[in-house]
Amino acid sequence: MGGQTGSPLARKQARLAWVFMAPTLVLLAAVGFWPLVQTVYLSFTETFTGSPEPPAWVGLANYTELLGERQFWRAMRNTVVFTVVSVSLEFVLGLCFALLVHTHFKGRGLMRAAMLIPWALPTVVAARMWGWMFNDVFGVVNDLLVGKLGILPEPVAWTATPGFAMASVILVDVWKTTPFVALLLLAGLQLISGELYEAAEVDGASAWQRFLTITLPLLKPAILVALIFRTLDALRVFDVIWVMTRGQAGTESAATYTYRSLIEYNRLGYGSALSVAIFFLIALFVIFYVYALRVDEEDRT
Amino acid sequence: MIRSNSGSGPFCGGMFWRGVVLVFGLAAATGCGREEETEPVLRFMTDSVGRQLEITREMAAEFEEEHGVRVEFRIGPESATERLSQYLRSFSARSSDLDVYQIDVIWPGILAQHLEDLSGAVEAEDFFTPMIENNVVDGRLVAVPFYADAGLLYYRTDLLEKYGFDGPPGTWDELTEMALAIQQGEREEGNSSFWGYVFQGAAYEGLTCNALEWQAAEGGGAIVSSAGEVEVNTDGARRAFARAAAWLGQISPRGVTTYQEEEARTVFQSGNAAFMRNWPYAYQLGEAEDSPIRGLFSVARLPDGEAKSVSTLGGWGLAVSSYSRHPELAREFVAFLSTRAAQRERAVRGGYFATRPDVYGDTELEEVLPWYDEMQEVFENAVARPSSVTGRRYNEVSGIYYQAVHRIISGQAEPEAELSDAQQRIERIVR
Amino acid sequence: MRTRHSPAVRVAFYVFLLVALVYTVFPFYWAVNTSLMSRGDLMSVPPVYFPTEPTVESYRNVMESRLFLLALRNSAIVAGGATLLALAAGSLAACALGRFRFRGRRWMLYLVLSMTMFPQIAIVGSLYSMVVRAGLYNTHLALILTYLLTILPFTVWVLSNFFKTLPKELEESAYVDGASPFQAFWRILLPLSAPGLVTTGLLAFITSWNEYLFALSFTQDEAARTVPVVVAEFRGITEFEIPWGEIMAGGVIATGPLILLVILFQRRIVSGLTAGAVKG
Repeated sequence: MGGQTGSPLARKQARLAWVFMAPTLVLLAAVGFWPLVQTVYLSFTETFTGSPEPPAWVGLANYTELLGERQFWRAMRNTVVFTVVSVSLEFVLGLCFALLVHTHFKGRGLMRAAMLIPWALPTVVAARMWGWMFNDVFGVVNDLLVGKLGILPEPVAWTATPGFAMASVILVDVWKTTPFVALLLLAGLQLISGELYEAAEVDGASAWQRFLTITLPLLKPAILVALIFRTLDALRVFDVIWVMTRGQAGTESAATYTYRSLIEYNRLGYGSALSVAIFFLIALFVIFYVYALRVDEEDRT
Repeated sequence: MIRSNSGSGPFCGGMFWRGVVLVFGLAAATGCGREEETEPVLRFMTDSVGRQLEITREMAAEFEEEHGVRVEFRIGPESATERLSQYLRSFSARSSDLDVYQIDVIWPGILAQHLEDLSGAVEAEDFFTPMIENNVVDGRLVAVPFYADAGLLYYRTDLLEKYGFDGPPGTWDELTEMALAIQQGEREEGNSSFWGYVFQGAAYEGLTCNALEWQAAEGGGAIVSSAGEVEVNTDGARRAFARAAAWLGQISPRGVTTYQEEEARTVFQSGNAAFMRNWPYAYQLGEAEDSPIRGLFSVARLPDGEAKSVSTLGGWGLAVSSYSRHPELAREFVAFLSTRAAQRERAVRGGYFATRPDVYGDTELEEVLPWYDEMQEVFENAVARPSSVTGRRYNEVSGIYYQAVHRIISGQAEPEAELSDAQQRIERIVR
Repeated sequence: MRTRHSPAVRVAFYVFLLVALVYTVFPFYWAVNTSLMSRGDLMSVPPVYFPTEPTVESYRNVMESRLFLLALRNSAIVAGGATLLALAAGSLAACALGRFRFRGRRWMLYLVLSMTMFPQIAIVGSLYSMVVRAGLYNTHLALILTYLLTILPFTVWVLSNFFKTLPKELEESAYVDGASPFQAFWRILLPLSAPGLVTTGLLAFITSWNEYLFALSFTQDEAARTVPVVVAEFRGITEFEIPWGEIMAGGVIATGPLILLVILFQRRIVSGLTAGAVKG
């Protein structure tokens, strides 16, 4: 088990652990440390991009400003709604996709490649194309639903109408990132030994029971990673929303709001404070996942 | 610089070495700098596209020969916001990588402190006064007007005739009536996706341009006056935006609140709108051989409000970076591209609008664009966005403004409350 | 799962397969459709589902651009370099985090994760000045190193999970034979984690291949500009015009190599532990 910390092998491993960690820590620190410190520092100052004057220390002024902004809270709420809905959908769909291409059928290889297409298409291209597809007058979505299939009585201004706009950006995000989840879960499925299923089958467990008692529990580590990294990205969602709605019609996210302050208005201080707020929002979610799924238990038997 | 492009073997070794170097902050020593330049190189960050780029390149070749330099063109991102933030990043780092920048008319205030004074390089009197004033910050001419743009009204000549109208609408109220009449007629004939009027209604800088035209035409001020008075919650503005809000669903598609230039053009050029507000660029594309509306449309100045007809001034200027290694050459290059001859050539060959009055009134230009000369009057009466007076906070002012207008026209807020809120927020910034 | 299913289940299976396929592929089909349209088709309302006069002009325009071809090369170098470096450093760290017991292990996991928790736009300014000061502006290395910020934490997390799941007995026999922990890692863990390595590598590669903001900010010309930036710089003939055909053609071309990679590597994803039990 290697559980006894006193054994020579365990001591050796504990020492070696830091050697193994070193390249990663050095690389991350070299690239990431300074920008992180800088962002936190700037969040306590008032300064503008390209300004020759040094940043002026303003203490917590940026934080009190953002906490008092209605727009900030709206953006935070939208971001959480977006994240919860899109990550849930991505998880369910991704799991379905993973199970699907995990089974044997003709053309499985092709299906695996096809499944990954949305993730592979560059975001700059995909987001623009979806914006065009959702156009109320010349977009293909309205043409399909109204003209070809007759499901809707009249064209909908998808990206301009509150409610629909959020649904549209979620649909695009789910389309784009489900493959990411599916691939991670597919890899996780490979770690589950086929013998377990065979044994369960002998015991007369139904497919659903096997899924609940074998697949899901054993997939938990892969699920956690997929959820954490998807959530991380969803909480910082920017491109899709910016291109399709520019944060209007109830779709302003924390990141589009930050982009406005940081890039459009060049307010480095305020924008950095917003970034720190997003950091903490992400941290909250990570803590929640780790506790809810209880994955990182020290001892496994 | 990494030159190996085959395999990853040799590349990996170098990469690790460089990684180590970066970690210890000694990278500057590894010869990453540019090789020794034999002849001076001017790097020109331009936004020019297609024909204009071609013409400017040819002119640059002439300049290269005359001055013994090399001019390198850089294109930069299409999005103006990204472009500006890229400029600012390189200015913050005092980078001498670029010498001449093409800058949007709303950027002089934001970029002024990084730009050379070009007063000596050109004669200010040669250019349209509003355009020069737009580029003067604290008494320094930070950019020379390169070419100009202004909002125009595009209309379908065939449909106007079909529904018995003699000419383009004189006032915004007339436009509303005409658009409604044509739209009803066309829909009865079976085109259910036909609309009366399209414009740029997305929440972006283009909406600031549209909305400023509406409110200025009503005598409702110019967002911030040159004296620094905030003019957002005015009678004219409230009237103008209430009218625009009524257009939605009536003569303009609801989705127009997500339209930028190209969405509006697509609806109009595919033959699905009677009127469109857009920049001059849409004319040539509408007249292209495969355009469904070729020969069926024309342009006019924008309709009058209670006060007058107003177009928002757009366009670009040429600026020289303070961190340039060849400021003198760069100034000469800007002057060279700004002469009457140079501007005339771009006008004749590319249809671009000159920033100098002395280019106008030329019969040869009438052949290029029948309405070229009429633009002189439009430019003289154009309204500039308040970018010089608001300086580096312009984008924020404009952002508050267009978001407020956007909420009003999309029916999410009442003009009164929304404008008074926007007025206060902008006042806090300007002060 | 090779039981015989009832016809109803099999029909449901294929219906789901079809819907999944349409949902994922239709938008890509639309990109291909748009890339083959003439300018007249682009301006058509209602939209055309097949180009009326298909033309490869957009592709020709894109492929004739030297900048685009060099961008493909740059993207390959940058994404490849970043992925290899992330896998090399990340698998070592993952081995420590997934297999070894040491103080601060949990904190290390979260520390690594925290490096990727700021919005990229927040750190791009400071990164830019670092890149310039290090003399790395407009080089591949600038992108390779900064991409690590996104893909290295990801690699570490996914792989440490993988390593943790592998049965302990596997390397114990190696230890009994006197192997060092590094040898156990190199000879036993790594080969067994092929599905994890391939999956992580693919996802990291695609993420880097499509990255936009850093590539836009840290490069300026053909020496290092990558595909997404070049595609975003495509312009029409006149100001404001968006060249839809070229942008879509560029997107389709950029997607090609990735799909090829997936087809090449997808068999490796299912060749881990179960390789013996299930036919690949």
